[in-house]
Amino acid sequence: MAAFGSLSTRLTETLAKLRSKGKLTASDVDGTVREIRRALLDADVALEVVKSFTAAIRERALGAEVSEALNPAQQVVKIVNDELVGILGGETRRLELAKQPPTVIMLAGLQGAGKTTLAGKLAKHLAGQGHTPLLVASDLQRPNAVTQLQVVGGQAGVPVFAPEPGNGVGDPVRVARDGVAEARRRQHDVVIVDTAGRLGVDAEMMQQAASIRKAVQPDEVLFVIDAMIGQDAVATARAFQEGVDFTGVVLTKLDGDARGGAALSIRGVTGKPILFASTGEGLDDFEAFHPDRMASRILDLGDILTLIEQAQKAFDEDEAMRLAEAMATDQFTLEDFLKQMQQLRKAGNFKQMLGMLPGAKGMREAIDGFDEKELVRTEAIIQSMTPQERKQSKILNGSRRLRIARGAGVTVTDVNQLVARFEQAAKMMKTVAKGGVPQMPGMGPMPGMRPKKQQKPQGKQQRRSGNPAKRSAEPAPQLQQGGVFGQPQQQGGAFGDLSGDDQAALQRMLGNR
Amino acid sequence: MAAKWSLTGALRGMFTRETITEETWDDLEAALITADFGPDITEQLVDALRADVERLGVDDPQDLRRMLRERLEERFAAYDPTLSLQERPAVILVVGVNGVGKTTTIGKLARFLVRNGQSVVVGAADTFRAAAVEQLATWAQRAGSAIVRPEREGQDPASVAYQTVEAAKAHQHSMCIIDTAGRLHTKGGLMDELGKIKRVIEKQSPVAEVLLVLDATTGQNGVNQAMAFIEHAGITGLVVTKLDGSAKGGFILAVQERTGIPIKLIGQGEGIDDLTGFTAHVFVQQLVG
Repeated sequence: MAAFGSLSTRLTETLAKLRSKGKLTASDVDGTVREIRRALLDADVALEVVKSFTAAIRERALGAEVSEALNPAQQVVKIVNDELVGILGGETRRLELAKQPPTVIMLAGLQGAGKTTLAGKLAKHLAGQGHTPLLVASDLQRPNAVTQLQVVGGQAGVPVFAPEPGNGVGDPVRVARDGVAEARRRQHDVVIVDTAGRLGVDAEMMQQAASIRKAVQPDEVLFVIDAMIGQDAVATARAFQEGVDFTGVVLTKLDGDARGGAALSIRGVTGKPILFASTGEGLDDFEAFHPDRMASRILDLGDILTLIEQAQKAFDEDEAMRLAEAMATDQFTLEDFLKQMQQLRKAGNFKQMLGMLPGAKGMREAIDGFDEKELVRTEAIIQSMTPQERKQSKILNGSRRLRIARGAGVTVTDVNQLVARFEQAAKMMKTVAKGGVPQMPGMGPMPGMRPKKQQKPQGKQQRRSGNPAKRSAEPAPQLQQGGVFGQPQQQGGAFGDLSGDDQAALQRMLGNR
Repeated sequence: MAAKWSLTGALRGMFTRETITEETWDDLEAALITADFGPDITEQLVDALRADVERLGVDDPQDLRRMLRERLEERFAAYDPTLSLQERPAVILVVGVNGVGKTTTIGKLARFLVRNGQSVVVGAADTFRAAAVEQLATWAQRAGSAIVRPEREGQDPASVAYQTVEAAKAHQHSMCIIDTAGRLHTKGGLMDELGKIKRVIEKQSPVAEVLLVLDATTGQNGVNQAMAFIEHAGITGLVVTKLDGSAKGGFILAVQERTGIPIKLIGQGEGIDDLTGFTAHVFVQQLVG
């Protein structure tokens, strides 16, 4: 869709200005929803479906599911994707086979949707599963459709019941009925009835399809539709629903570059599940329908969705909340300490990140002395402890410490230092959590900082940007608080007036011995 | 039975209102989008009409209908829809994605040309799809034209095309229409094959027209299709089929404008005589009412 500029590009442009805002406002949502609406229309999703869909999105986006990890644009996109997958895949199901064979499957659809080819694919697919399908040539309308089905059947290695030559000669209803009888006699367990393509507006042909349906009482009526269809998908789907009342949908020609909004339109209007997707001209190019792939195809949002996934992986919201809570309620344990550490490592190169903070000049020495391997060592030590030891560091006696040291491949001194560091850190955390402000050497009080009382976790806090250039442009304090400690509630905490002891403790906690 | 959706029908309600209101614009936008004009052209049209209405101080919806018709007509008529078939034999290559109605279109076109006193030969270069040759043969018989079939199954389509032109020269047919297998425009190898077919034909005779057949129910993907076929087959005209199914096909305006390739023929029914030349005035009249 290069000609139109993908939704990703447009969304990125529209939403660049939203980056700095913390919360989703009505106008943010409106802007994003407008772009999404356009993208859906470009993907040929039917207007009425787009309308109800965007209305639902808007409501959900405003309904405050504010995420820590995502910026507003990403959040809206995520909601959209979730909803799309939900609608497309709500009730994905397989073919329903009759308890009393033969199972009768009838195919219906517009001309050129790919019914006859699909009949061959379906037959081959079923034959591969050990069924013995019979193809029935009830398309007596299109020139040589019968011949085509015979050829396709031959390729699939499946017998074809074709008593009439076609080309307008013969009664398709009788052929269908005889076909099912034939299958019963020859003990085929599945019958696939290919019918003539018809326009949704052609009453006569639709009547014929309804008659076939009545005559053979199919277990499944599959509506075959071209993924490239435009706004007409809805009218067509409705006409077929009323005319033959299909039980499932097959989307064909998905190997092209159509975004396939029809899938969403049909699901949205008829509620009928999409069973299969046809993805090529070979008889094996046939697969079960994947709602998630379809969703990102419709929106054309692959890269943004990947980003969202990454952002969420890197920052586990719930974990941070839990930590913050633990600190506030005075239950900071070695386990929490470990988790904090792990989150730090997930966040990437800690040293590099520190170096990018504006105003970190004074910390140069501290930074240079910081050894990232220390994090690994600390992790190893804590992981060598029993769960009980992690929760109650007080029970760590000499013999336990020796065991831990051996387990982690370090000396008892290292273990001792860690425990001391942890205890001091825990003390400091408490100070901070209670509203005290620890001091960082070499850094004056930061602009715009005010000591804050203990607060509820903030709704939305700026996360570390993935882009170093942007990262350095971001205000330092938030970064330190969010990135280093993973405590969302300490927005205001600078290291203003901490006692000398605490300063040392903080430094030690950072591994600078 | 769902009633046939038509732009005319959708617009009717809107034009019977007394004055032009915000609702009129919403309805117009919805109608244009539902007719597959796509969000871009719809926005352009609505904005342009809004500006006109404001500038001219119009508030009668009937005037708006006339203005819409004029705008559309102007845009549709920007290109020359005449088929150029001066060469002898005039070679017409018909291409398109699967299931748009290429073979049917050829049948109708052959019939049209035969009725106008031309002697026509069709070439069944769709050697891929099962029974495509038989389908074309049935049409050729109905149209009263000659047919060149592949000598064996799965023969190289380019060689069938070559033989068709050869036959046209040998038997002094004035028109030569070549069917090709439907192919999705995203399949590089198959698209290259089209280029080869064209080159092989050109060894004997210049190709008069390369017609891309588009299904009127296609959505915005039609533009992608056209772009890809232009690149590989150098199309010179568009044929829109199945216009009877949906009174829509708004996307062809986008295709025509983005590619600069004129719409030349439209197919409006399943009968053999349901293929006509494209006239912007008539088309828009049918579309808007």
